Amino acid sequence: MASINFPLENAGFRTSEHSLAQILYRWIATTDHKKLGLMYIICMLLFFVVSGLMAVAIRIQLAVPNNHFVSPETFNQLFTMHGTTMVFLVGMPMVAGLGNYLVPLMIGARDMAFPRLNAFGFWAFLFGGVLLYSSYFFGAVPDVGWFGYAPLTSKIFNPGPSTDFWVLGVLVAGFGTIASAINVVATTVSMRCPGMTLRRMPMFVWVMLVDALLILVIFPPLAAAQIMLMLDRLTNSNFFNPAAGGNVLLWQHIFWIFGHPEVYVLIFPIFAIMSEVVPVFSRKPIFGKPAMVAAIAVIFFIGVGVWAHHMFTVGLSALSNTFFATATMLVGIPTGIKIFNWAATMYGGKIRYATPMLFACGFLLQFLVAGLTGIMLATAPFDWQLHHTYFVVGHFHFTLIGGLVFGLFAGIYYWFPKATGKMCSEFIGRLHFWIFLVGFNVTFIPMHFAGFLGMPRRVYTYLPGHGLETWNLISTWGVAIQIVGILLFVVNIIWGLWKGEKAGDDPWDAWTLEWAASSPPPEYNFEKIPVVRSGRPLWDLKHPTDPDWKFE
Amino acid sequence: MFNPLTTPAKVEFNMGMLEFAITGAIFAVVAGLLIYTMIRFRRRPNDESGTEPPQIYGSNQIEAAWTVIPILIVFVIAGVSARSVWGVEDASPPANALHVSVVGHQFWWEVHYPGYNFVTANEIHVPVSHNRERATYFELKSSDVIHSLWIPELGGKTDLIPNRVNHMWMDPSEAGIFWGSCTEFCGVQHANMLLQVVVQEPADFDQWAAAQQQPQPVPTEISAGQKRFQAAACFACHTVRGTRFNGKLGPDLTHLMSRRQLGSGVLANTPANLQAWIVDPQQAKPGCRMPASKLSGQNLEELVAYLETLK
Repeated sequence: MASINFPLENAGFRTSEHSLAQILYRWIATTDHKKLGLMYIICMLLFFVVSGLMAVAIRIQLAVPNNHFVSPETFNQLFTMHGTTMVFLVGMPMVAGLGNYLVPLMIGARDMAFPRLNAFGFWAFLFGGVLLYSSYFFGAVPDVGWFGYAPLTSKIFNPGPSTDFWVLGVLVAGFGTIASAINVVATTVSMRCPGMTLRRMPMFVWVMLVDALLILVIFPPLAAAQIMLMLDRLTNSNFFNPAAGGNVLLWQHIFWIFGHPEVYVLIFPIFAIMSEVVPVFSRKPIFGKPAMVAAIAVIFFIGVGVWAHHMFTVGLSALSNTFFATATMLVGIPTGIKIFNWAATMYGGKIRYATPMLFACGFLLQFLVAGLTGIMLATAPFDWQLHHTYFVVGHFHFTLIGGLVFGLFAGIYYWFPKATGKMCSEFIGRLHFWIFLVGFNVTFIPMHFAGFLGMPRRVYTYLPGHGLETWNLISTWGVAIQIVGILLFVVNIIWGLWKGEKAGDDPWDAWTLEWAASSPPPEYNFEKIPVVRSGRPLWDLKHPTDPDWKFE
Repeated sequence: MFNPLTTPAKVEFNMGMLEFAITGAIFAVVAGLLIYTMIRFRRRPNDESGTEPPQIYGSNQIEAAWTVIPILIVFVIAGVSARSVWGVEDASPPANALHVSVVGHQFWWEVHYPGYNFVTANEIHVPVSHNRERATYFELKSSDVIHSLWIPELGGKTDLIPNRVNHMWMDPSEAGIFWGSCTEFCGVQHANMLLQVVVQEPADFDQWAAAQQQPQPVPTEISAGQKRFQAAACFACHTVRGTRFNGKLGPDLTHLMSRRQLGSGVLANTPANLQAWIVDPQQAKPGCRMPASKLSGQNLEELVAYLETLK
């Protein structure tokens, strides 16, 4: 043992030099899962702000008909970059960041299974993002929409390099995603601490495992689609060129085989957060854990067979449309089971409404709405009317903001004390929640009505006199309220870091292993690898007379 | 879409109403229970016992109940949906159906009436149909990228896809003028790829179609405006039937003055708008394929005067 330089004992490692260059070097060269996790989250927040500002510009343009705030070209670039950024540079680093930071801590491991692959994944993601945004310096900003339908992406209709930036940026960032997913799978399979059987694995880790597996199923098709498109553009390979007998629907099929399950990839980490936050703040174990694991697995399997519900209007046969409509509705069943189980976890509890729990409640109600409008869109005949309208825009922002962002705020407020050792302000947190709740609903509820009235998505202007003005104006004012909410979040983070109370190891009186490590955890996480006997090891410690393992 | 005037639109509307009823009921029940739980089981401020609530791990009976009930609901919606899909998609045209072929272009609509042998643009006329008599059947194609044709009152949308022929049909029950739009992002002027559908009583429709069939009369002498049409190379893209002007890239102008809109719905068809459009279409529709003519003075007036004869 003497020959092994364990960081804890290595005095040279605990250097007191804190020059900027050294600090920078430590972050850039790190393979520590927590540092990488935080870097993912910080990059995610930066991209979130950039992409959010694009949305603000979009809403200003649409506040009144025939507005000239931005040109049509700029508008098309804005919604393309907004969508691409939110999915690939906000959603995906959120998945990787949460998985990286929390999975090893929750399973009692010292790091991910492949720390260097982990660092590679982060830098590939960041490079992909930088590559995409470098398009601004070359005056060739992508403008084909985030799902880049062929043949609008071909050289004929898109001669400049803008689509190449989009293809390569997304492709490279995708390699990073695949690397980090492999790592999560390997880590959960091989690095669990003694006693942590799959049955005792926290719900969070279960969901992240299924999420990583789903990434491994769907990101290779995305890479294939992007490579085919790149070959079309660079070598005239004609996969998607109708003039040479190529098939433009092929792109839609391959893209949505990725693209639909992708929304599950994005929302699963939120399910994971909910499955930790709801029990801890309700003071009860998660209700029906086996059913929750089964539900997530069922969503995984059905989810890869529903992609053509994005294609009800392309003229598929009645049989295909019926198949995909029915399959899509089936997803509602396991999703419903999850909501019911969270509700049942709260039922009979003693709910503490700290900021994370407020956001979790916001998630439950808004995600319910998103799920129900999803059922409406799943029925092909109604979708023929609603497809590609602002109803769809309202629907997926309810899933991705009302659901995902609210759940993410719950997670950030919940684990912020762990990652920083400081508490955020409860007062600012509550204010943030209520203002953001109002702003979100004022922005996105009207979009459903604009869609009913015939407003297509991706239009830079719309006809006056069709009742669209009111809804669009309300929607734009809602954004102003949301901005206040987001600013309060930023203030709260800064306040927490600067003046926040000391958190201690376990501020929420929680039950999973990360709360046994100190806050923030040291590089090696645990001085001794923990041994667990149940799904709630810290409950067992705190209630020696009434431990969980007696009932499992 | 809440004023459905055709069989497909009514099928879609009924489907939508069923959805509203079912999802509305689900929302009321689930949201009600959630909010009840959130309030009823909050920790009371006077609860200083420090004890934890009873630890309940789950119940298989309850899990089974909230699995089976949603399955039954999905079964109902999926059944109605399937019946509606087949009813709309696999309807066969009656013998006296009107066939119209629409070709999508960046950023306008080319409209063929194969039975009548004429072409028009950005304005589709169809007859009122009772019991599907003279229902209109569309063939949808694209010359460039994917577009999608949607007229909310007259039914859902169908995509126009290069190398593929799609179908759509309508049997409007009332006369009227309805706005439609492109609903698949197709490039810089996707927003202004609009059109109007004019639903007319069958006799009016026949009259309109007969007028549209007529080519322009061969003039005894070439007018100044026609010379301008040639000199400014308008003919390279536009056709005027009955003359030598037979360009194919832009809309057919044979009966331009019979149309209500210019530039695929971006301007009303008035003399002033027509003049402004010819001088520089990029003002009203930046990014559209038609270049600015930069005509002015007498040249412009002559050209507009000629176009105004295309009734």
